Amino acid sequence: MFFAMIESARSAFASILAHGLRSFLTTLGIVIGVASVIAVVSVTQGMSAFISDTFSSLGTNSLTIQSYTPFEDQMKGIRARLTPADLELIESRATGIASITPILAANRSSQIKYGSQTSFSQIMGTTYAFQDVAQTFTQRGRFLAATDNQTRRRIAVIGDKVRENLSLPEDPINEYVEIAGEWFKVVGLLEERGEIMGMNRDDMVLVPYATMVSLQGNQARIDIQIQLSLSESANVDEVSQQLTTLLRNAHGLSSEEDDDFRIQTAEQLMEEFDQIIGMVTMVIGGVVGISLLVGGIGIMNIMLVSVTERTREIGICKAVGAKRHHILMQFLIEAILLSLLGGVIGLALGFGMGTLISNTIPGFPPASIPLWSVGLALGFSGFVGVLFGILPAAKAANLDPIDALRYE
Amino acid sequence: MSLINLSNISKHYEMGTQVVKALDGIDIGVEQNEYLAFIGSSGSGKSTMLNILGCLDTPTSGQYRLNDKVVENLDQNALSEIRNQEIGFIFQSFNLLPRANALANVMQPLIYRSIGLKERKRRAMQSLERVGLADRVDHLPNQLSGGQRQRVAIARALVTQPSILLADEPTGNLDSKTTIEIMRLFDELHSEGQTLIIVTHEDEIAAHCQRIVEMKDGKIHSDSAVGLAKDSH
Repeated sequence: MFFAMIESARSAFASILAHGLRSFLTTLGIVIGVASVIAVVSVTQGMSAFISDTFSSLGTNSLTIQSYTPFEDQMKGIRARLTPADLELIESRATGIASITPILAANRSSQIKYGSQTSFSQIMGTTYAFQDVAQTFTQRGRFLAATDNQTRRRIAVIGDKVRENLSLPEDPINEYVEIAGEWFKVVGLLEERGEIMGMNRDDMVLVPYATMVSLQGNQARIDIQIQLSLSESANVDEVSQQLTTLLRNAHGLSSEEDDDFRIQTAEQLMEEFDQIIGMVTMVIGGVVGISLLVGGIGIMNIMLVSVTERTREIGICKAVGAKRHHILMQFLIEAILLSLLGGVIGLALGFGMGTLISNTIPGFPPASIPLWSVGLALGFSGFVGVLFGILPAAKAANLDPIDALRYE
Repeated sequence: MSLINLSNISKHYEMGTQVVKALDGIDIGVEQNEYLAFIGSSGSGKSTMLNILGCLDTPTSGQYRLNDKVVENLDQNALSEIRNQEIGFIFQSFNLLPRANALANVMQPLIYRSIGLKERKRRAMQSLERVGLADRVDHLPNQLSGGQRQRVAIARALVTQPSILLADEPTGNLDSKTTIEIMRLFDELHSEGQTLIIVTHEDEIAAHCQRIVEMKDGKIHSDSAVGLAKDSH
């Protein structure tokens, strides 16, 4: 049997080479199918690996609470809020929290000036706990301290991108920048963290929370974000359940009303991304499956033609002693070789395409091909070869030697 | 025991409602090293005879013993094996594999015996030398003359060292000069002890043989031994 397979492979190769152009065109369907699946998988896998890395650097055990107003209510001018009272409530009542910090985004202007340079940045009021919760540390100077908050000091910790935009010196400590008409002393420079999905994470300015509150004036209307990190033993679901109950009670929501806030975990975000990527992969996988099917039919078609064309040869082989399995094997292996060849070419092409895509789009993560997709592509194209090769091969094997010899 | 033993072999084809008796109750024995010709007009049943002798076809009824094996009821695979082991075919239209060179064509039957490449080459070379084509082994069939093609086909038939050589109008596509060459080769093979059965409608070809069986309407019309073949030139 093994011997017969080697001999069949030998003659299959000869036959594929003998019809070079035809073999290439036949296998083109498989090439395109496999190439597109590999291109898509390599791009999405690269993306997904990148996103996972990014989120794990964010800290997967952190939670963000934001106010949430449904669009309908926004039209009516109603705005849900998270207030400093909510923060106090959580601080005093909730369990399983390692650190917690409020974040108050600048609501008037996010303009920041240094000398003659003006720039726009994400300006946030927060506390010293932010560095634990968001895993954000300084490379120079110091972070916000508890006392900065108490005394509402006019100080700022800036990201590297801000330093660059404002042409601040390498060491910006003790320089003064202007935010909303007030002078802030730069006390710290954050570590560089790069970009996520085109969002620069170094473009932020942190000031003490109380300072930001005072800048905003109308304290009754402030809407804060709360970020917190969980203690080692805490369960994300339990804590968010607990927070939901606390906040619903505090906001006086009846059981029919929806939450007027959203609790987001980094993990949740990651799962959402993964879901989207998985869906994209599946949809494209389906399309590719169809194209592989079409490619397989192409192979079957050509193999049937080839069987008819070689009827006489089959008759000769049978006359000199070929058994059914010799002929079957020869045509089956030819079909499998054709589609595997298509699979290999498609693999190379797909990887090339994926690399090209990720290199041409700036900020796109590098393409990566997981081993399973290589196995899947080759396995699937081999399977297509078997599936669509078996019919022509059986047809060839079942030819009657006399009829086959008489065939003109 | 005869090499070939047919008793009451019939082959019937149904053409619509009519039954055509291609062979009708044939009894014949062929001994080792016989040199036999089947002659007869077209439609006499000699081709059907050859197909059955060559195990390409099975009879409708009757018994066929080849080299002591009962072969009339074997399935396709078993028949393939018999053809591979016992029979060497030579066809009017040569029936070489067009995309394989002379050597590969001669090696082909040995593949089905699961003989390794090296040994296949050695035996095929030997066989090609025997028919005088050692210098043409790399040529494709369409690069060879008719006579040379038939020699390749003979080499392919000989390479398995078959019990019988079956030739179906072996010179039908050849000119008279090559016909003489091929027939001389057959004569030589016979003198070396090979059993040969030739189907022909040419008297000059039949004249080479020692026994001439004339077929008519699916039956044996006459079966006569003649003297040793004399050279026809």
